[in-house]
Amino acid sequence: MDFGNFLIMRQEVGLMLIFLIMLVLDIFASEKSCIRKYFQPVACILFLVHTVFGFLFPSEGTAFGGLYVTSSLTTWMKHILDLGVLFMFLQSGSWLHSTDALKRRAGEFYVISLATLLGMYIMVSAGNLMMLYIGIETASLPMAILAAYNKYQHKSAEAGAKYIMLTSFSSGIMLFGISFLYAAAGTLYYGDINLTDGNFFTITGLVFFLSGLGFKISLVPFHLWTADVYEGAPTSITAFLSVASKAAACFALIFALYQAFGSLVTAWKPVLWWLIVITITLGNIFALRQKDIKRFFAFSSISQAGYIMLGVISGTSQGMTAVVYYLLVYLFANMAAFGIISAVENKTGRTDFGVYNGLGKTSPVLAFVMMLAVFSLAGIPPLGGFFSKFFLFAAAAQQGEYLLVFIALLNTVISLYYYLLVVRAMYIRPAEENAEKVNADTYNKISLLVCTVALIAVGIASFIYTNIDALSFGIR
Amino acid sequence: MNILSLFVAIPALMLLLLFAVRGKNTIRTIMVVGSSLLLLLSGILAVLFLQERAVNADTMLFVSNTMWYEALNIHYSVGVDGISVLMLILSAVIVFTGVFSSWNMERSFFMWFCLLTIGVFGFFISLDLFTMFLFYEVALIPMYLLIGVWGTGKKEYSAMKLTLMLMGGSAFLLTGILGIYFTTGGQTMNLVEIAKNHVIPMAHQYWIFPITFFGFGVLGALFPFHTWSPDGHASAPTSVSMLHAGVLMKLGGYGCFRVAIYLMPQAADELSWIFLILTGISVVYGALSAVVQTDLKYINAYSSVSHCGLVLFAILMLNKTAMTGAVLQMLSHGLMTALFFALIGLIYGRTHTRDIREMGGLMKIMPFASVCYVIAGLASLGLPGLSGFVAEMTIFIGSFQEQDIFHRVLTFVATTSIVITAVYILRTVGKFLYGELVNPEHAKLTDASWYERVSVVVLILFIVAIGVLPSFPSDIISDSVTPIIANIR
Repeated sequence: MDFGNFLIMRQEVGLMLIFLIMLVLDIFASEKSCIRKYFQPVACILFLVHTVFGFLFPSEGTAFGGLYVTSSLTTWMKHILDLGVLFMFLQSGSWLHSTDALKRRAGEFYVISLATLLGMYIMVSAGNLMMLYIGIETASLPMAILAAYNKYQHKSAEAGAKYIMLTSFSSGIMLFGISFLYAAAGTLYYGDINLTDGNFFTITGLVFFLSGLGFKISLVPFHLWTADVYEGAPTSITAFLSVASKAAACFALIFALYQAFGSLVTAWKPVLWWLIVITITLGNIFALRQKDIKRFFAFSSISQAGYIMLGVISGTSQGMTAVVYYLLVYLFANMAAFGIISAVENKTGRTDFGVYNGLGKTSPVLAFVMMLAVFSLAGIPPLGGFFSKFFLFAAAAQQGEYLLVFIALLNTVISLYYYLLVVRAMYIRPAEENAEKVNADTYNKISLLVCTVALIAVGIASFIYTNIDALSFGIR
Repeated sequence: MNILSLFVAIPALMLLLLFAVRGKNTIRTIMVVGSSLLLLLSGILAVLFLQERAVNADTMLFVSNTMWYEALNIHYSVGVDGISVLMLILSAVIVFTGVFSSWNMERSFFMWFCLLTIGVFGFFISLDLFTMFLFYEVALIPMYLLIGVWGTGKKEYSAMKLTLMLMGGSAFLLTGILGIYFTTGGQTMNLVEIAKNHVIPMAHQYWIFPITFFGFGVLGALFPFHTWSPDGHASAPTSVSMLHAGVLMKLGGYGCFRVAIYLMPQAADELSWIFLILTGISVVYGALSAVVQTDLKYINAYSSVSHCGLVLFAILMLNKTAMTGAVLQMLSHGLMTALFFALIGLIYGRTHTRDIREMGGLMKIMPFASVCYVIAGLASLGLPGLSGFVAEMTIFIGSFQEQDIFHRVLTFVATTSIVITAVYILRTVGKFLYGELVNPEHAKLTDASWYERVSVVVLILFIVAIGVLPSFPSDIISDSVTPIIANIR
């Protein structure tokens, strides 16, 4: 047993430690114990320490004979996921204290979320298709628990059931694809898979593999679970699903396609081309007619996933940078939006559009942050979303995909329409009668503040992009 | 700091200050001081520019470069030639007068107004395609809220239509910009460097030129993408109409000129006929539409379509005289539409109607406003001594230099707009300023207040100045047009 392997995995080990501390705290804190009050700050602080620690002492190398790979780039990616979890912890406080049933299980929430994150870490660091599969499963099962966390609410329970059914189905398909690929290549290690001819086994395997990951990223036509699960799951969990889960799957996909299937680029490129077109277009068209803001963000996140694939299809290191950078900005925007949705939901218990009418008058600060978030998602300068979209388009255009870029750009106009509907509701429409001021709790305010500053600063501070760019690699 | 960056820094500072303060008078003070500084700065820039021009023969002056995103060769790079200097002066004048025309607005209105100002100034000083596009979009998005929140009539519809159509244009534009960057080898985003050192391959010019021209053309009210303009102008509050028709529509003309024609001269030469036909339609159709309108703002919005069509029309003639005329027309149209919209806002604020059938005999009640309206009208129909005459004269002389039958016929068609303009201007003026008092309630109305007078008088001064001293702007312009023309043939 070589302990050096564990040192390379120090981020995962750190995460495990917090996981255990929270678990022990949860076990020893009795119903009435005052420790229960401090779950949220303890979890946030421990997690922050873990994040900073991982950032200060990054590790490079492989462990367990290449099953596990870590580099500065994976560290970046894991930090993006960390941020997602941190924001979720900050935003979930009010919700976790809303009912007695939830209060009793508050500790569980942190433990399960950390377990999900561990799975995502493994997905990002996988150097082997089997390891990737294990990561996906480790991430999916706790995710289903989280989706069904309000288990006495019909919709939440339904969301959990739907998620577990569909996720196991898609994992099955993916595993099937991996077995085909094994048959074709004779190995599961990314570095050793060197398939060049597109025979039956390879193509079928690749398609099955792509559909398995496509499910996680919610690309059309594997998106059918998204809207229902997003709507039913508790709002903080929806935020987590829409950001961290998607980001982890995108990172895993880009590593797999670049490292393992780089030689098959002619096979997956046209598939991805069409996936992008239908994902962006259908996601946008369905978002147009949503009445519930969580369903609305579900479809918006589907079309955003399509944009992210623009970076993947380019196959260049610039494309990879653009994907990582885009997900970072997307995280801030989506977390800000969901922070406000959960504040509004905690106050009014509603998630329909009507409750946002006149928010600009009743709670100007929250409405302002929401506006920044949707403008960033729509790609309006000087917010981060403008820069991140530009880099994705530039990455695709560099490979001569002008038509695809143009289709995507026309779709940004459609998406601007529905993002403006949110702004219209908040600023132009009059408030409903007896609408009251909505207040976010202190932790949520911190998360919103961080997101706002990040959205404004991230594009202007070019060093973030430059840093990621120095670490990326491509297949061309 | 480079003097040009101040044009972005001052409105940005105003925006930050507005975040911090409350109270109507403080807000007004910030806006008046800030916009006066901008006006002063643009005057200083003009003087410095003339001094520098005498000793420096570069295409762009006051150039400054800062690396921003190295991987994509994105710089924050600024610089001006004569055309940009004049556009900056125009923008500063209209921002200044716009502040006085929106005297009673609230804080958040002025915050969006400042953001719009940042976008406009940033666009005119940018030499880098990326920052140019960035500022272009910064200028567009505040329009949605400015019209949607503070507008009148069917404001939700108009605001959405305007924003989406202009963003649709920017979708074309961004594809074009990426095309320009990558087909020249991904070396630089700097306009001047691309024009000097790189040639976009002909096969690519054939698709990049049209989409870039359409992209900017949407903002310049190019037929058939002009439909946002009447609705948008009609619903917008006064100072937003002024800024929009006065400056924002110039972004379109300036962009077509600076990006589409400057960088892709060969394609421009070969494909200009398509766009000449479209702009010809804009010119005549806009003028004819104005004849049948009864809402004052719609009349001026369609007249803007016609006049801005003339700008693009003259640019596409691809000769020095016509292009000089085009820029003069941008200046002249900017000032005179701003004047129109300031006066319409003034009148509408008192009568609460913009329908010319419901007004009459206002000349006796509001002599100051009415006389100014007549002056604006006369400038619009091209009376010698005012700016409109200078601009249109130069454009048509330039257009007539093209000898072939196609250009001749189009020029003939376009000149008819002068007559049609006279029809709708005189009809409007006769209908609601002269004649009998239609609504007895109107007899109690007051004339313009002091802040409205400031705004109107400043605009008239500039209109007369261009009309009387046309050689100053036209010399600067023709000097700056030369390198662009040299690129074409």
